[in-house]
Amino acid sequence: MTPEAANRPGQRAARGGLWGWINQRLPVDLFWRSQLSEYFAPKNFNIWYYFGSLALLVLVLQLLTGIFLTMFYKVGATTSFDSVEFIMREVPYGWLIRYLHSTGASAFFIVVYLHMYRSLLYGSYKAPRELLWLFGMIIYLALMAEAFLGYVLPWGNMSFWAATVIINLFGTIPGIGPGLVEWIRGDYGIADATLNRFFSLHVVAVPLVLLLLVTLHLVALHEVGSNNPDGVEIKDKKDARGRPLDGIAFHPYYTVKDIVGVCVFLTLLAIVVFFVPTFGDLFLEKANFEPANPLSTPDPISPSWYFTPYYAILRAVPNQRIGALLMLIAVVSFFFLPWLDRSPVKSMRYRGWISRSFLGLFTISFLGLMYLGMQPAQEPYVTMARIFAVPYFAYFWLMPFYSRIDAVKPVPERVTFHG
Amino acid sequence: MGKFASVVLILLAAPLAQAAEAPPDAPNDAPGGTQAMAGGAEASSPLRWESWRAGNSVVDRASLQRGARNFMNYCNGCHSLKYMRYQRMADDMQIPLNTLSANLVPPGSSPLDYVTTAMPAADSANWFGKTPPDLSLIARSRSPDYLYRFLKTFYADPSRATGSDNLAYPLTAMPAVLSDLEGVKSAVYRDVKTGSGSTEKVFDHFQTISPGNLTPEEFDGFVRDTVNFLDYVGDPAQVERQSMGLWVVLFLLLLTALAMMLKKEYWKDVH
Repeated sequence: MTPEAANRPGQRAARGGLWGWINQRLPVDLFWRSQLSEYFAPKNFNIWYYFGSLALLVLVLQLLTGIFLTMFYKVGATTSFDSVEFIMREVPYGWLIRYLHSTGASAFFIVVYLHMYRSLLYGSYKAPRELLWLFGMIIYLALMAEAFLGYVLPWGNMSFWAATVIINLFGTIPGIGPGLVEWIRGDYGIADATLNRFFSLHVVAVPLVLLLLVTLHLVALHEVGSNNPDGVEIKDKKDARGRPLDGIAFHPYYTVKDIVGVCVFLTLLAIVVFFVPTFGDLFLEKANFEPANPLSTPDPISPSWYFTPYYAILRAVPNQRIGALLMLIAVVSFFFLPWLDRSPVKSMRYRGWISRSFLGLFTISFLGLMYLGMQPAQEPYVTMARIFAVPYFAYFWLMPFYSRIDAVKPVPERVTFHG
Repeated sequence: MGKFASVVLILLAAPLAQAAEAPPDAPNDAPGGTQAMAGGAEASSPLRWESWRAGNSVVDRASLQRGARNFMNYCNGCHSLKYMRYQRMADDMQIPLNTLSANLVPPGSSPLDYVTTAMPAADSANWFGKTPPDLSLIARSRSPDYLYRFLKTFYADPSRATGSDNLAYPLTAMPAVLSDLEGVKSAVYRDVKTGSGSTEKVFDHFQTISPGNLTPEEFDGFVRDTVNFLDYVGDPAQVERQSMGLWVVLFLLLLTALAMMLKKEYWKDVH
């Protein structure tokens, strides 16, 4: 196929050969053009715009390594732990597959948190991208469920106790709580039945949901088009052919650019996988190299690093029910951002010092809570968590006020480049 | 791209720095052996055993071989390595098969067997109060440094059924099984004033009661080799992993450079 033929609209049925035969029956060329070679993205993407494609890459990595792990993993309270060690020791390159999967889980959250933070920086959740943002947030929730379920599967002692703590949170729901906990566990404690259903959910149910949501996320993205660091709608300024003046074709420009991001990411991933797979107790905890033991509690019980900001909020409240509620609000607050933000501009580049300060404090409080959630539940950490939780919630729930009164700078007509 | 490159360099430096941290024959930053056995007379500052580092290196094959021998002679009577096969050990440490069969594999076992212990679990639970744990993953669930401190801080305590106690793991059920090598030592305490005005006994140093068959330096090496072996057993693929990782990272760096050049070429016409 010649480049001319590929670029001419409405020509897909005209060509013969096998490719033409296929295209008369399946819109391959049309899809390629509409979604890649003639899908226009703003040309001023910066480093923050790598993380969407990287999240997709990690999803594929987790699916592929997960398939191979499932070939050797034997679910069951008496077999899970042994089978993971079997993979680590006796399956050729099993250690590589397992470390890729365990490191990939943490990499997924690093990439997704940076991807989300990009939206906070540049107002990517604002109209017309509200639905795109909501799909993304549901993906984030599904990802948290997927990570938690997968964390239980090695059936180490931290798996067991993390499952105990997290599932007991459902018990704080008034009325149905205790019965709900029992229904989720399938037993009176975290047991073989729990492990089996978590396996089923981890390898079938949640991945299916994730794939569906990611598809919706991408369809919604390509409908409205990407935001950019200036928060300028590139569709407002088009040339005679109807192409955005500040847009460039996703393929080849952003495909080759994303390949650079992929290479850098894989390099960093390889450094962790091959040299520091436990990442100083953050990616694989010491306590999880002991088999699940209902009689011995790890000290302290701490969830994986990507949950610790919420865990710190949970523990900061003496009343467990209110703590669980606040934790839920801390997660769900993100969903409301498109409607909490009343600023006339999208990007932080053109917002005033108030919005910037709130985002800065939110950033510090999120990272601070992340650290505090890893510490034992004692002073001064609990009081510090209470202090750090204030700017966290203020960022969201004072936004309708501060985003409206904040002075904004004029937004340029066209996108700009900042190095 | 400049930002990316610097991030890569920083993260690349991390494992290299880590590798350089513990060369096989580097002097241990806390020469616990000599200090521990020096006796109480000259001890001016308290013995800082909490900061002792194992200083082991899993690429030191001779040390691993000695550690395997130590384990089979001194630990395997009670402790198993249920995820480890004799054959795998021999392959990784380049021990010839006949040497393996003659020295490490117990009579009646095959080199393909897992390293089990001859002590029945029910009996040992009776004798010690608990069954001695399997040690396949002990270096991962604790740490090599912890194991080093544990094996070097046994001291005589006549009040205990085993006749000894341990600083790293107080009230351990394990007897001081290495005392014929290390000798017997007692713990000397000093009085420290607490905030409320009362005094509290705090460990100060060890005092040798009777010397063992090994010099303090030899015993230190014995413990380090044994810990090194357990470190290897915790993740037997780690040596292969790190040597493979170097090539993978180098390949990916090359690929990154090519990808950057490709990107630059394509983006020439974007203004």
